[in-house]
Amino acid sequence: MTLAEILASLFPDGHAVTVRDGLVTGSGPFERGRIQVVGVDGDTPLGVEGALTLSRAVLDTVRAGEQAPILVVVDSDSQRMSRRDELLGLNECLAHLAKALLLADRSGHSTVGLIYGHSAAGAFIATALATRVLAALPGASPSVMDLPSVARVTKLPLAKLQDMAKSTPVFAPGLDNMVATGAVHAVLDPGKPLGGQIRDLVAETQTDDVRDRLGEERGGRPVARGVATAVADQARLG
Amino acid sequence: MAGDRAKRIDPDALSWYEATARQRVLALTDPGSFREFLPPTERRMSPHLPLFDLPRAFDDGIVVGRARLDGNPILIAAQEGRFMGGAFGEVHGGKLVGLLRVALELKPKAVLILFDTGGVRLQEANAGETAIAETMRAIVDARAAGIPVVGLIGGRAGCYGGGGLIAGTCSRLAVSEGGRISVSGPEVIETNKGAEEFDSRDRALVWRTMGGKHRRLIGGADAFCADSVTAFRGAALDLLSRAPAFDLATLEAEQARLEDRIARFGDCRDGTDVWARLGVNDPEAVPGMDTDAFDETVARVREADHDAR
Repeated sequence: MTLAEILASLFPDGHAVTVRDGLVTGSGPFERGRIQVVGVDGDTPLGVEGALTLSRAVLDTVRAGEQAPILVVVDSDSQRMSRRDELLGLNECLAHLAKALLLADRSGHSTVGLIYGHSAAGAFIATALATRVLAALPGASPSVMDLPSVARVTKLPLAKLQDMAKSTPVFAPGLDNMVATGAVHAVLDPGKPLGGQIRDLVAETQTDDVRDRLGEERGGRPVARGVATAVADQARLG
Repeated sequence: MAGDRAKRIDPDALSWYEATARQRVLALTDPGSFREFLPPTERRMSPHLPLFDLPRAFDDGIVVGRARLDGNPILIAAQEGRFMGGAFGEVHGGKLVGLLRVALELKPKAVLILFDTGGVRLQEANAGETAIAETMRAIVDARAAGIPVVGLIGGRAGCYGGGGLIAGTCSRLAVSEGGRISVSGPEVIETNKGAEEFDSRDRALVWRTMGGKHRRLIGGADAFCADSVTAFRGAALDLLSRAPAFDLATLEAEQARLEDRIARFGDCRDGTDVWARLGVNDPEAVPGMDTDAFDETVARVREADHDAR
């Protein structure tokens, strides 16, 4: 689905969401109030200015105090790779955006990610992965790195990696693998209105971070939860 | 025993950059006080690396446990940059996440994270990336509960990729000359955008763009340390005592701080341009300054110290 199609499905009565330089901000009617929308469209890389534009919108929503849900729509490139962005502290700006979303969550705003295109690396962490519940639409392609690049770094033949990718979701790009890892909670049905699906997803979401449990249940991240639990258990023993 | 080994390490003589993760932990914390969780004897190794015919480590490149720092109970994690660049894999990430989550129950004086990482381990990329997101959420939860999370950065691998985002989530950061903080590393930028954008072999350029002194001057780090365990210990003790709250006021202040930075320095081409505009008298001299001279320079830069993190 395109962003326009998503917004039309979410807001059949119209909305005030705009896209500028690949950055999505605005709001639309949702249940008895409004839902704030922020995000990245058009496979746009996220740099220092973009991160701060989105965090501004999130913090404004928190300050308004009405506990409006926040929808983070994502079709991004990775972080903007440049000497200038790193010089200016891209790590702080991306972390700040993630912190703003996490603060909103703690302040009573439901935060929902919706990945409908590509996203990777730092941009993915600062947007979609900073929400409490992350949904995806079929065709979405989250990744950390594409397989040719993985082949270059690991010095393994691309054909071997492609073969391994079929049975080992932990490293291969793609939506199915991110679902198996627990990073993506649910895949939505584009044939049905999105508003109801997102509402249902929020209603059944727990306040704890369940991603490692999902990863264990789905087999894509078999040991992370057990390791985290074992550390906590040993820590409690003193 | 850990305590016996600690006594043999002289924190003044031990270079943070050269030390292993365990040496850093043992020399940083009170002698005999460190207890490791999931120590190497338990052999919690990556289930994925054998698929790539890669050797594993019994600790998956991270040491986690509890200790005392100047008598105060702390939780501590230290990444081992010598194992796969300290990168986040499934076990590695799970250990850090478990440590941060249990902080909510144990309420230590602080959690210290000794970063030494190239970011996500590509062989376990999806697990590493998700673990970074879980880590950031757990840090925010700890901070919101009033537990400072302090990052120390001065290892061989620096603090790159998702590690840079985690660093930006901490309450406070200390960095040394050798420490670098960045999202895209020089090689990654060069590979994707060309050597004209970033010549990764130009080490001086790397340091001026993402090195400890630059980060300290622009307020990206809160303390600058000499390359010794003693210096990092002093910085950790100081920083944990003045951690900013995690609330709307802090994030509004950080928003203003970062917007102001982009407005003032967005057209700068090089670290030296930024430092000149910050009011540093002789920007060209910054890379060669010793710690004392650099501290004097930092003291005159208004942007360096703040509670907006």
